[in-house]
Amino acid sequence: MLVAEGLGVDLDRHRILIDLDLRVRAGESTVLLGPNGAGKTTFVRACTGLVAPSSGTLTVCGRRPARAAAEGRIGLMPQVAGAWSGIRAGELLNHLAALHRDPLPLAPLVERLGLGSALTTAYRRLSGGQQQAVNLIGALLGRPELVFLDEPTAGMDPRARRTTWGLVTELHTAGVAVLLTTHDMIEAAELADQIVIIDAGRARLSGTPAELTASDRSLEDVYLTATENSADLQSGPVT
Amino acid sequence: MSALDLIPAPNPVGRAHAVWVHARTEAWLLLRNGEQLLLALIIPLGVLLLGRFIGSQFIGINALAGSVLAMGVWSTGFTATAIATGFERRYGVLERFAATPLTPTGLVLGKAVSVIMITLAQLVVLGLAAALLGWRPSPTISEVGVLLLTLPLAMISFVSLALLMAGRLRAEITLALANVVHLVIVVCGGLVVPLAAHPAGLGALVGLLPTAALGEAFRAFADPAAVASGWPVLVSAAWAAATVLLARKAFRWI
Repeated sequence: MLVAEGLGVDLDRHRILIDLDLRVRAGESTVLLGPNGAGKTTFVRACTGLVAPSSGTLTVCGRRPARAAAEGRIGLMPQVAGAWSGIRAGELLNHLAALHRDPLPLAPLVERLGLGSALTTAYRRLSGGQQQAVNLIGALLGRPELVFLDEPTAGMDPRARRTTWGLVTELHTAGVAVLLTTHDMIEAAELADQIVIIDAGRARLSGTPAELTASDRSLEDVYLTATENSADLQSGPVT
Repeated sequence: MSALDLIPAPNPVGRAHAVWVHARTEAWLLLRNGEQLLLALIIPLGVLLLGRFIGSQFIGINALAGSVLAMGVWSTGFTATAIATGFERRYGVLERFAATPLTPTGLVLGKAVSVIMITLAQLVVLGLAAALLGWRPSPTISEVGVLLLTLPLAMISFVSLALLMAGRLRAEITLALANVVHLVIVVCGGLVVPLAAHPAGLGALVGLLPTAALGEAFRAFADPAAVASGWPVLVSAAWAAATVLLARKAFRWI
């Protein structure tokens, strides 16, 4: 569903992603772990066609990323707000739904994520968790084949977080491929079929949660070890 | 608990429909925004009233109507577009919609259609207000032709300049700078003050601006005493070509 081979991305003469290999299969969740600035969001932006690779290949649903987006095959839950300052939550969701001929019905999603009364509120006045819930619904409305969830539960309360996890599990049961970035090790262990740890733009370690924690180390210990040279490995200028 | 059918089944609407959906939403949000409404209608209407009742010894209602119509186009095409796009970029609106069936090109087209819709509505409202104040246009065919060519070319250059600014600068800087540029151009850019009222050398220089081209084209259309020439078309065409190229090269989505 998503294949990155030797992917490199340069922005403002800096190498952000370097020789990155990564695959996401249909019906599987791949979790991208990495410190701030590791290149996770840039990778998502490359996968949605917003930034162009400098080297390597990247295909999304068997196509160029921009083509996959144009065909409605991907859903994006952005880390940033992603909404006009004056729009109401319900207006934003209806607007996103109107870009698809057969969108998911809004009501059950709104009910699942407890957003009923928030739909008439200006998006910018919602709590962080409510904004995330709106963004999650927005990513799913078009019945995508591949969903990018950029830190989906940041700011959510425990109940909303559990509900989101339940939805992600249902997504891969339904055959949707999920690429999720997070800093939450519990979330990663709960949802991942495969985990890729990236640091300074490079993949440092990958495997299933069971493989990564096989030596009785916690996922957090594995992550900290894999990224311990983070300061020395900061992605640098293009030479 | 859930009867949600999450099985993948993407089926996007056609590109033209997506552009229309986006244009409709952008236009509606622009109309609901008080600051934008101030720029688009309230200030041009204020200038019209002030000019008619206080400044009538400096500029007649016919030339004034042309100036105010040009000012309205400038407000929406440049200032409102720059400010709105700057904050859309900052809030990640562009990032989100670039990843939908709308596509980045559709997003720009949707924005352009919304600017056209707002501008046409503005021209109708301002034109009616000017007519109520005594404006009686009687343009020749060549004056209509010059305006019909200059108006879209000038709008393309205004929107491109707006995207150039909003696509490179931070939203707050765009907000401040777009308002300053708006005022400077309204006063000194040949929009409101006819070129003939400028000192000779300065008038020739100001005449090279797309705002002056639009102002003169509107005044030639609106004022029976003015005579149309072809230079506004040439000036606005040159600006449109240059600014589109620059905006395409420099605009950043994030």
